[in-house]
Amino acid sequence: MNLSPRQKRFGLIAGGVLVLCIAAAFVLNAFNSNLVFFFTPTQVLNGEAPRNKTFRIGGMVKTGSLQRDGTRVSFVVTDTINDTTVQYIGLLPDLFKEGKGVVAQGKIDVLGVMTASEVLAKHDENYMPPEAQHALDKAAQARAAQSVKP
Amino acid sequence: MIPELGQFALILATVLSVLLGVLPLWGTLNRNTVWQSMARPAAFLQFALVLLSFACLAASFLSNDFSVKYVAEHSNRLLPSAYQFAAVWGGHEGSLLLWVLMLTGWTAAVALFSQSLPLNMVARVLGVLGLVSVGFMAFILITSNPFDRLFPIPADGRDLNPLLQDPGLVIHPPMLYMGYVGMSVAFAFAIAALISGRLDAAWARWSRPWTVIAWSFLTFGIGLGSWWAYYELGWGGWWFWDPVENASLMPWLVGTALIHSLMVTEKRGSFKAWTVLLAIAAFSLSLLGTFLVRSGVLTSVHAFATDPARGVFILCFLAVVIGASLTLFAWRAPAVTLGGSMGLVSRESFLLLNSVLLVVATGAVLLGTLYPLIIDALNLGKLSVGPPYFNLVFAPLMVPLLFVLVPGTVSHWREARLNDMFMQLRWIGLAALLLAIGLPFVFGEWSAGTALGVFLGMWVALGSLQHVFERIRKPGRIGGSFWGMHLAHFGMAVLVLGITGVKSFEVERDVRMSLGDTVSIAPYTFRLVDMVDVNGPNYKAMQAHVEVLKNDKVVEVLYPEKRRYFSSAMPMTEAAIDSGFLRDLYVSLGDPIAGDTPSWSMRVYYKPFVPWLWAGVLMMVFGGILAALDRRYRRAAVSPLQTAGEALSSTT
Repeated sequence: MNLSPRQKRFGLIAGGVLVLCIAAAFVLNAFNSNLVFFFTPTQVLNGEAPRNKTFRIGGMVKTGSLQRDGTRVSFVVTDTINDTTVQYIGLLPDLFKEGKGVVAQGKIDVLGVMTASEVLAKHDENYMPPEAQHALDKAAQARAAQSVKP
Repeated sequence: MIPELGQFALILATVLSVLLGVLPLWGTLNRNTVWQSMARPAAFLQFALVLLSFACLAASFLSNDFSVKYVAEHSNRLLPSAYQFAAVWGGHEGSLLLWVLMLTGWTAAVALFSQSLPLNMVARVLGVLGLVSVGFMAFILITSNPFDRLFPIPADGRDLNPLLQDPGLVIHPPMLYMGYVGMSVAFAFAIAALISGRLDAAWARWSRPWTVIAWSFLTFGIGLGSWWAYYELGWGGWWFWDPVENASLMPWLVGTALIHSLMVTEKRGSFKAWTVLLAIAAFSLSLLGTFLVRSGVLTSVHAFATDPARGVFILCFLAVVIGASLTLFAWRAPAVTLGGSMGLVSRESFLLLNSVLLVVATGAVLLGTLYPLIIDALNLGKLSVGPPYFNLVFAPLMVPLLFVLVPGTVSHWREARLNDMFMQLRWIGLAALLLAIGLPFVFGEWSAGTALGVFLGMWVALGSLQHVFERIRKPGRIGGSFWGMHLAHFGMAVLVLGITGVKSFEVERDVRMSLGDTVSIAPYTFRLVDMVDVNGPNYKAMQAHVEVLKNDKVVEVLYPEKRRYFSSAMPMTEAAIDSGFLRDLYVSLGDPIAGDTPSWSMRVYYKPFVPWLWAGVLMMVFGGILAALDRRYRRAAVSPLQTAGEALSSTT
């Protein structure tokens, strides 16, 4: 091939742009199908959460709701107004406790029970997962709005 | 008294950094050599003052001075003194002071080892570093002073987060910071070159060893972080695509592109503008990483700051740095001449591909890391981007990168012949292919992904070995950069093989165990033989004794613990790991399960090839150090005329 320097440079740039475009398309596609959205128990009860897609739920672990059967556990996540039951197989994170904040990720069945693939670990006892805090805040707002109405 | 001394030293250092940032740069504008020559002493004095300040904070920790708020929040009388010292950087304020210590340390090192550089270049580089110091010291003094006093004085401190009480923590942050901050040296060289308008081979040669050393530290820091997460979090994972990890990976990816691009600039005079942009990007991403990790927008073990003023300060600083450097770039870049011509197939084009792939990978990681934060900040909802996204995007970008690595190292500058390269590489290609087809069967099930990983790892490893053997047979001294390059590439191959192995063949069992129970992961059997209480210096623990049997013989006893620290209600899982050449055995202890007989939940892993990850990282680190110590970087002063002549001769 006898290409002039200008043609070579053009070829290189065109090739680079093509590679970039393919990569960008590929990245955005992967990105789109892997977003995990977050919902509160109230939103789940209202049917806002997707059925066959993984999502996250956050709130407090309801006191007295933790049940263990071997490595299979089930507990209730509450935003103080509504509850969602979560089932999980495996070791819970160190800081998992009743009455404390939690975030679980998984899919929900027709009965509204979540089968979690992941229960999120926290790093500090004084720390509340932002998603869990968000759920409680929303519930508190809803309650405040209701108490004003009548 | 000691804390006040520390604060005073820090204030003096700040004043000095303002002088360092202004006078020498001003001196280069009006050609005042006296002002220019002030840069070196100012750099040394600045380092000494920050060191004094740091020593004062460390002394406050070691003497349990709980009247200092920062000490009271991060230390405790019962804390072993090694951790009391490490606690200096166990929180936000102290870690920033460590950052500044590193920055002024790098500045002083540049001042010390730049004897061969022209005075005005030294003045510019140190001046830019001084300006960066001003930003960080102001940040400490305005928003996060570690020497603030506390009244009334508490009797005891709150203790260091138990997760951080670990030898990994003692060295992980300093190493990572050395890398982050080291990128500021590459940045300072790039900015200095832009200011002078002399973006030439000489600039690239000065900049290269510093950048490579910084890259080595960054590599080591990331490796340590991964290792710490692996054995300390008790989840058996070594990379979670956590935003905090991504924050350190992004500068690493761009830094990797930068050290390769600098080579082209040094040897061929090409890619100058691109190299400068990469240097700016690497430093900006280091700052972005600091912002993400320290500002509290991310919640993790690293996020200390909850004060929004801090986040705003770093964000403004980031905006100033990026804005100013890009403006300077836009102003100066048109004057940058294009380098020598390059062929469609040449070492340049392979290295260009390397840059493009690494930058695209950085962009993909950046998107996945920032998008949830932006959506949250705009109140559009809460969402997260999980590991599947990163795995899906990252792997396909690394495949071509690893593939072109081998032809890239053996190809010629300017114009390479595909035919020659094919003849040279066909046997190792064939060998890698055969190994890829065969090896997976040895360790378990065959899958296309495993075979691809083995192929790429073997391809890179064999390619490096072949190149080394061919070079040894030729006469002539072999430089450190040659050995360094191949050691680092070989390390990359080991890392890739390790990742492939652990991803393909790891086995995990979550079980409920009573005393005497066993669980099997062929060829090993784990038996819980005892459960005892253990008292540590500042914690109580439950310790399991787990025998590992192979062919009915005990080969190892593992002691996983569940600790409860006195100062907090926080329990901690302390996993037990037995490492071999080809595998790790990993046991972590869960909670007791109520029942007729006492039993516990346990997690048992068979983790093949995990030690290869750490070995690969270490090889990359040492490769970088070897390359940076190459003798040719330490040659005496090179006049511009000579460099021009060299550039000419290397093109012919």
